[in-house]
Amino acid sequence: MSLLGHLSLWLAFLVGLWGAITGFAGGVQQRRDLQQSARHATFALFGALVVAVVSLEIAIFRHDFSLEYVAAYTSRNLPTFYLWSALYAGQKGSLLFWATVLSLFASLAQLLTSPRHREYLPYVAAVTCAVAAFFISVMLFAANPFERLGFMPMDGRGMNPQLQNPGMVFHPPMLYLGYISITIPFAFAIAALLTKKLDSEWLVAVRKWTLVSWLFLSIGLLIGMWWAYVELGWGGYWAWDPVENAALLPWLVMTAFLHSVMIQEKRGMLKKWNLALILGAWLLSIFGTFITRSGVIASVHSFTQSSVGYFFLGFLVLAAVASFTLYVTRLPLLQAEATLESMVSREASFLFNNLLLIGIAFSVLWGTLFPILSEAIKGTKITVGPPFFNQVNVPLGLALLAMTGIGPLIAWRRASLPNLRRQFAVPLTSCGFALLLLLLAGMRDIGALIAFSIGGFVLATIVQEFARGARARHRQYGEPVILALVQLLSRNRRRYGGYIVHVAIVLLFVAFAGMAFKTETQATLRPGETATLQGPDGYTYSFTHLGISQYNSLNREITAALVDVRRNGKVIGRLRTEKRQHVDAFRNPTFEPSTEVGIMSGLRVDLYVVLAGLVNGTEQAVFRFTINPLVWWVWFGGLVLVVGGLIVLWPGGGVPPGTGPRSPRQAGYAVKLEAER
Amino acid sequence: MTDGRTVGRSDGTRREFLMALGAVFLSVGQTVQQSDRQTAGRVYDPQRAGRGQTPITPVDNDAGIQAVEKKLRCSCGCGLDIYTCRTTDFQCTYSPALHKDVLRLAGQGKTAQQIIDEFVKQYGEAALMAPPKRGFNLAGYFVPSIAIIIAGFFLVRALRRWTREAAAAPAQALGPNATPAELERLRRELDRLDA
Repeated sequence: MSLLGHLSLWLAFLVGLWGAITGFAGGVQQRRDLQQSARHATFALFGALVVAVVSLEIAIFRHDFSLEYVAAYTSRNLPTFYLWSALYAGQKGSLLFWATVLSLFASLAQLLTSPRHREYLPYVAAVTCAVAAFFISVMLFAANPFERLGFMPMDGRGMNPQLQNPGMVFHPPMLYLGYISITIPFAFAIAALLTKKLDSEWLVAVRKWTLVSWLFLSIGLLIGMWWAYVELGWGGYWAWDPVENAALLPWLVMTAFLHSVMIQEKRGMLKKWNLALILGAWLLSIFGTFITRSGVIASVHSFTQSSVGYFFLGFLVLAAVASFTLYVTRLPLLQAEATLESMVSREASFLFNNLLLIGIAFSVLWGTLFPILSEAIKGTKITVGPPFFNQVNVPLGLALLAMTGIGPLIAWRRASLPNLRRQFAVPLTSCGFALLLLLLAGMRDIGALIAFSIGGFVLATIVQEFARGARARHRQYGEPVILALVQLLSRNRRRYGGYIVHVAIVLLFVAFAGMAFKTETQATLRPGETATLQGPDGYTYSFTHLGISQYNSLNREITAALVDVRRNGKVIGRLRTEKRQHVDAFRNPTFEPSTEVGIMSGLRVDLYVVLAGLVNGTEQAVFRFTINPLVWWVWFGGLVLVVGGLIVLWPGGGVPPGTGPRSPRQAGYAVKLEAER
Repeated sequence: MTDGRTVGRSDGTRREFLMALGAVFLSVGQTVQQSDRQTAGRVYDPQRAGRGQTPITPVDNDAGIQAVEKKLRCSCGCGLDIYTCRTTDFQCTYSPALHKDVLRLAGQGKTAQQIIDEFVKQYGEAALMAPPKRGFNLAGYFVPSIAIIIAGFFLVRALRRWTREAAAAPAQALGPNATPAELERLRRELDRLDA
């Protein structure tokens, strides 16, 4: 099978090159035969890569340890669930996964794109084939998943224990899907630049793709946070690690795009900016790949580091220069069709929102690269850790949260003073009321106070928007309130789905702020002994060590501690925390012992218990007990975000103004109300 | 999946087992606190439970010590601070040693800043979780803020220019043949919708 896989890779590489050449040539020369050939090459590329993936999966399931990749990341006793995910557990396999998914998206772009955008498709095929060919070339010349060992080991090394977690089965593919799918909007942007058809048509073709990328990236980031929380044992979910930052960067840029694109659709403005955002998001996704795989910056994600990162650096520089040159040459064609009428308008608020999002992206990028810069200029190695990122980004994040509430309250084109008064009255009152309530409750943490009260402001904004919309429907159609809300959501999914995403952002910010009240302690307990900890929710939690048990599982030897948990003296449950020694099929240890955290999750607090180890090999054990407030709301907020994103993405529900198939693009309303001036 | 071969205090001899059994009978009806005096038996295989631990002392939980350690980076390559690293999975061998260094320096009567300075002297600026705010490092802290302020300034300028241009432009967006009465009616309708 490995020979078939290897040959498939070569075939895919040649097909990819062919697709790139014929796509560009067919587009430039307007030759239908070449354009068709590029289209077919995209499908053939996908077919060849699927054969390669199937070959590798068969080798993994057959425990063919003569393949270096199979021996390095699997073992005979690895649970079947994780045999599937071994495909992307290592560098080489994840490159194959990446290229295959890219070819799938490229094929879907060819199949699903509306016929009215047909002229972009040859270039889209060319760009996607070229990017896929690059990824395949990295595999063929530097990281071949079908590379053979000179011998057949009795067993493989097994998978890193930290990757043997359900979160890790879904986190990498989701993140990859997000990263990879950005290539499609990028390809359409390049196609628009090459064809010089730079009106809003290309935006219509890519808006859903951008939303798909954004949604996958969001899910990937959230599952990654969940994995870090339940698996790594440090009690948090975001550490500003360079690889985490690398995934956050394209997400921020795409979020900016999803807002600013509305201005181009409605007003024909910001054409240059929107193109730059799409090009930037894709380049940042390649930059993220370089950071993840090069090891150029110290990161906890060390399992994917290797020299292939420099292939990506070369590719990144080449792609950046080519994109920028093309972009600059087309600038004269990217003139706005309308102009901004007031500083106090929805358009202006979106621009400030973009400023903050790109500002945060820049500060994250700057902080991530600053150690390299410092070493290059000063020759001094420095660390830029969470204190730096929190100091720079928390104020920006809070300002962004405030903009989430301010934006929807301001009218398009121009907001009058009476209108502003009417719109802001309820949200501002809610903000002040929330602040007062928190102060009366005894909260004194400035950051948390600001976050919670701004959260109240944004929630009130959203509730007001829904209430007004539902009331209008009720008045106009006589619908009951619930039906009116449902109709509101289904008739204007983009707007109200977006508001649901805003609710999620509030929930996430409130949950993040809750971590300011985290409490923890370490204790050494014999069986029967109890440690107590005061929770931020006013309760006293006690943890009684019940005993240690040791037993074997399929591929690990477990030492488990059972802890009885009480809240104000009343039993609320038991927690189990483990040390796991992973072993191969011959029971030989494979990795360092790992920790499994015991978590009891609630709406107010999470109880988080880590078994540190045993004292002198006895049942006397060292524990860390942590009470993390509001963590449940991070995961719930994530769910709400995904639901909101899916509502926006769901087909139908109204076409954005000016972008319908027959409606001419509108650069402003037809009537100006002089009295409002 | 599990063989459940060993549970709890499994390393004991027959005599120890009988003693433990007797202790169980004697302890019936006693309160939880009395079990505090219970000795901890050995586990079947201590090796599989990871690195052996020493009992936690009050200084390990000292907020001042933790605050210092949260500003210092562990040198194991994890990228975490000393406190987080030593309390994450408790397998790192670097962070407990660095923790001992912090305790030693604190025991010598050094202040938090003096302990941090001592670490910087020994390991360089890379020992800090965030670079000190001096010299070139100031660029690290202030470039993002300055960049955002400059971008904001240009954005406001551009907005002003656009709004001036819009004000200067003839009212070409006026609707074709809209009478004042129709405009007033539209305004009322829009106001009603807003309300």
